[in-house]
Amino acid sequence: MTQPILEIRGLVKEYQPGKPVLHGIDLAIGAQGITAIIGPSGTGKSTLLRCVNRLVEPTKGSIMMGGQDLARLRGGALRAARRRIGMVFQEYNLVERLSVMENVLTGRLGYVPLWRAWLRRYPRADLDRAFALLDAVGLPEHATRRADALSGGQRQRVGIARALMQSPALLLADEPTSSLDPRTAVEVMELMARLTGEAGVPVIVNIHNVELAKRFAVRIIGMTGGRIVFDGPPDAIGNDHLSEIYGGEDWI
Amino acid sequence: MRRAFAPNWPARIGLFVLAAYAVWATSQLGITGERLATGLGEGGRFLARMWPPDFSRWELLLEGLVESMQIAVISTVLGIILSLPLGLMAARNLSPAWLSAPTRGFIAVCRSLHYVIVAILFVKAIGFGALAGVAALTVASLGFVAKLFAEAIEEISMKQVEAVRASGAGPAAVLLYGVLPQVASRFIGFSLYQLDSNLRNSTLVGIVGAGGIGGTLFAAFKRFDYDFVAAILLAIIALIFVAEIVAGRIRAALQ
Repeated sequence: MTQPILEIRGLVKEYQPGKPVLHGIDLAIGAQGITAIIGPSGTGKSTLLRCVNRLVEPTKGSIMMGGQDLARLRGGALRAARRRIGMVFQEYNLVERLSVMENVLTGRLGYVPLWRAWLRRYPRADLDRAFALLDAVGLPEHATRRADALSGGQRQRVGIARALMQSPALLLADEPTSSLDPRTAVEVMELMARLTGEAGVPVIVNIHNVELAKRFAVRIIGMTGGRIVFDGPPDAIGNDHLSEIYGGEDWI
Repeated sequence: MRRAFAPNWPARIGLFVLAAYAVWATSQLGITGERLATGLGEGGRFLARMWPPDFSRWELLLEGLVESMQIAVISTVLGIILSLPLGLMAARNLSPAWLSAPTRGFIAVCRSLHYVIVAILFVKAIGFGALAGVAALTVASLGFVAKLFAEAIEEISMKQVEAVRASGAGPAAVLLYGVLPQVASRFIGFSLYQLDSNLRNSTLVGIVGAGGIGGTLFAAFKRFDYDFVAAILLAIIALIFVAEIVAGRIRAALQ
């Protein structure tokens, strides 16, 4: 593996003292491609992702990125780190009453001064890039529509554009396709894989659908009970691994 | 036989007790048929003296109305400006408990006293005139609007806020892009409603000397100028109607 962009060491998260959700995760993410994390619901996949951009506070351990320990950052330093980490959410989490363009430009809030954001006076370069991203995600005509007027698939495309607008060094995707129908799910995954591939942004994606994970990821992490139990390329994962990750085997 | 509906004895007993108390209280207050008859007779004479309304002192009337309107507008604007930070500070989903609890307490104190009582306090403290009325209605607006603002903020979707926060936005940018869009239309609705009720309330604070048409009304009552009273009341009703129509138009335009 090339020099890792993200290196997690001994990460523990306890929502209640003495009941860890993550039992000391060690994980290094390479500088390229999609890493898919699979595992049953409630196994800590989402918590792991949210510890990286500190939407959840880690209890113990270190998360090294660009020579900084993300787990220790505070205030302005934390915000500066967050703006280099894009995030795509299961339920899109667009600000529904803002326009599509405003949602995409939300990705620049970590960069532009407050008055520019307030008066919607974004630098020309940001606006050009936002339009280019809207074209790239297939929503060229939707800039001025309100986000709540879009379908689920369209919203997730805006979510991807917003994350890429941050010029991220890393993209986190938390169940990005779980609220979508099967066809739209594939389209959204294809879009995300293509755009992040072009931009050279590594992706960590939590995903329920093992087939989708195998199809798009270069590496699959299997988690169960807050521990990593599989780590390897997609063609190395077999039924015995799936049985260990999800438990039982009748469903396979 | 099987019962389809369980009898609610506590509710039946409660209603019976309430009815019995109402009858007993009526007799305690000396409200009899005879008293009612004299009262209605007096009422008839009073109404007769109000007609026709006397608009000859229209300058005095207009001056009072304009002052009432100014009191209402200024106190609404001040109340809203103060309510924005207070509502945010009182919202339990965005503010820490050590901040939200005392702020909620302060807002509750603003709400607890009737605005006429607050107006009397301000007249005593800072003297007669419109300033006391503005101060009293600002406090009243604050108690009402800040509470509604806080409740609106507590009902927002935190997922949208979380996404803005994840982009690296600072606290002020999170408010502008994550919180404000979700509450703006409700905030405007509450503010219009408060302007409406301040217009009504500003006609009353004058009675205790806090400026506006209320003072003129009270003086006319004391001099038994019932035809002038009628003119004032008609003018107030017209003002409220106009305000209602304007507020309705603004609401419709915002939809």
